[in-house]
Amino acid sequence: MWHALAGWDAYLDGWIVVVGMLCAMACALPGCFLVLRRMSMMGDAISHAVLPGLAVAFIVSGKLTSAPMFIGAVVAGVLTALFTEWVRGYGKVDEGASMGVVFTGLFALGLVFIAQAADQVHLDANCVLYGAIEFTPLDTVSLAGQAVPRVALTLASILLLNLVFVVLFYKELKISSFDPALATTMGVNARAMHYLLMTLTAVTAVASFEAVGSILVVALLIAPPAAAYLLTDRLPVMLGLSLVIGASAAVLGHAGALALPAAFGYGSTSTAGMIAVAAGVLLILAALFGPRHGVISSIVHRRRTRSSVNAGS
Amino acid sequence: MPAFDTALRVLTLQDYNTRLVVLAAALLGLAAGVIGTFMLLRKRALLGDALSHATLPGVGLAFVLANLVGVAGKSLPVLLTGAAVTGVLGAGAILMIRRYTRLKEDAALGITLSVFFGAGVALLGVIQQMGASSAAGLETYIYGSTASMTAIDAWFIAGAAGLVVIACAILFKEFRLLCFDAGFAQGQGWPVGVLDVVLAGLVVTIVVVGLQAVGVILIIAMLIVPAAAARFWSDRLAPIICVAALIGAFSAAVGAMVSALFPRLPSGAMIVLAALIMFSLSMLCGAARGVAPHWLRHRRLNRRMDTQHLLRAMYEAQELYATRDSFGATPLACNIEFDDLLRRRSWAPSSLRRIVRRAERSGLVRPAESDCWVLTALGRIHAVRVVRNHRLWEVYLITYADLAPSHVDRDADRIEHVLSPEMIAELESLLERDDQHLAVPASPHEIQAPSTDTVAPMSRTRA
Repeated sequence: MWHALAGWDAYLDGWIVVVGMLCAMACALPGCFLVLRRMSMMGDAISHAVLPGLAVAFIVSGKLTSAPMFIGAVVAGVLTALFTEWVRGYGKVDEGASMGVVFTGLFALGLVFIAQAADQVHLDANCVLYGAIEFTPLDTVSLAGQAVPRVALTLASILLLNLVFVVLFYKELKISSFDPALATTMGVNARAMHYLLMTLTAVTAVASFEAVGSILVVALLIAPPAAAYLLTDRLPVMLGLSLVIGASAAVLGHAGALALPAAFGYGSTSTAGMIAVAAGVLLILAALFGPRHGVISSIVHRRRTRSSVNAGS
Repeated sequence: MPAFDTALRVLTLQDYNTRLVVLAAALLGLAAGVIGTFMLLRKRALLGDALSHATLPGVGLAFVLANLVGVAGKSLPVLLTGAAVTGVLGAGAILMIRRYTRLKEDAALGITLSVFFGAGVALLGVIQQMGASSAAGLETYIYGSTASMTAIDAWFIAGAAGLVVIACAILFKEFRLLCFDAGFAQGQGWPVGVLDVVLAGLVVTIVVVGLQAVGVILIIAMLIVPAAAARFWSDRLAPIICVAALIGAFSAAVGAMVSALFPRLPSGAMIVLAALIMFSLSMLCGAARGVAPHWLRHRRLNRRMDTQHLLRAMYEAQELYATRDSFGATPLACNIEFDDLLRRRSWAPSSLRRIVRRAERSGLVRPAESDCWVLTALGRIHAVRVVRNHRLWEVYLITYADLAPSHVDRDADRIEHVLSPEMIAELESLLERDDQHLAVPASPHEIQAPSTDTVAPMSRTRA
């Protein structure tokens, strides 16, 4: 099984892992707040609902270039958050259901747009769905004389943007995530923070599509922060841990994509898929062995309490 | 535009293929509406989303296993069985995450959805390398194509839809309890966990047959949108389920027909958009929770309160004149200046004008000379009742709730509009004022003329 890793190509595999790590870390930062605000499924909703944005941007600009498609997708993502809030607020529909109504509707609209423009374009829905992290090292731009994958550059700037956002608005994000009512009384605009976070999630998700695809971006948004949440009760620690767990998932995922099929005599499989699986495995480990909230430690704790109660009585 | 006779053929379901697609889609929409309602009320609307993505590794696994034992891997029953198995596993994973970790529902759904889907994608990556030709159709599987539905697919759908509807009918009472008060159900000894699994199993059934027919996103929509739309029409479970089933079946049929009528409109997407239109209409006009009926009810209540505030202000102004001019305790119908009314509450001149005009149209007040208004006989009857309610409540609060007289006005200002006759009778008997059955109790506040520069003693808030 390990001989597959012996063929590790420093340039190709190296960059794939770097792109995966950048993507995972960029997603982990807004993901932490999504998990804390119990809005994890917003990542899923946004990543489906960008389809009409992509289609409209293509029909308007006539090109498959990244800038207009990026803007179109982000606008559609923010609209998803806005519509969800409307349906929830005015219709008093439960959060999950309003999300479901909005994102399925927007996705269907996107499908119709694409079908209508089918002879002008081959907007490959598969590419949005699965991403193509394996091909990202081939599309390079020159940076200070070095050939750097374009996606790596994009994701690095998104990661930087997210870091700056979290550092700048740390206090506001923290207080509006844990107690929106208190935030409002303290003069923090909880609603503005909500939409800022949604915009950031949309930007991050769209930037990550190229690498990991629309469904697996949900894995990177949710699983590492959720695992970190199981390990600590402190927000700064959670943010740091989620970065580490996301990056580890990317490394393990790519290694797994190379090594695991090789064990059965096949070539490498989808790295994005395996990154999601690796994130899932890390989450299970965190759930089992977490120091305070882990399944095992709570069993031990319960047993100890029981025996001390028995000893005392 | 399609030619008339083509359109007629489609709309009257004369084509075998159209008939098949429309009927199967409608049945699927109906069953999805029924089970979706339970999911919505259980606050698990997005469970269908997670489970439908969780079916992907099952499809891959079933294909691999079938190939290993030498069965045709792409046969529908094999793939659907595999999908159902990982779908149920996904439901189990969600329940486990919720049960054993401190993560909430949303995170459990997101994790299950993406990790299972990731495993499926990785598995498909391997499958593509095993005898590529036979695996070709697997990826399009998750998109589905309604137009290419076969009679066998239709029978599958009909069977699954029938199963789900019958199961829901048999377990109606149990599911109702589960949806409205799971804690109570547990306390009564119902197996809540088992019922949740059964519910998830029914969702998986619909998802698995629907995947093939309408694709993954669209089956999610069928599970959520009709139920959410039906919720606007009633507050009772049975009507909601009926309306959801109706909306589901109707939008599925309409979507499938529109797609058959016009070129290049994918049927799955059209079904979702038809359901979305039904949702928008329901959200706007739904009888129980729709935005427009709610707004109308709210406006009617606000207008009634405005009118009652006007009547009370006029009555109290009269009372004041009566005391000042020592006419005795009963206020007479005298003219009240508009400016005098304006000072009694914090209302804007324009809105007071509007309120007065509306009261005039209802025959409660009539104009007298030089911008003065006077209560009509009808207006006096209403005014007496409003003031009486207000003061009874004030006296009650002072007597029984030990509130200072200066604090009761605002509270009574809100409650005076909604006191029922039974309440008033009870207040009367409590306050032992039966002797003055129709009389208005005296105001507990010291009566003073509202001056132009200080705030009127009346409450400044509008209830």
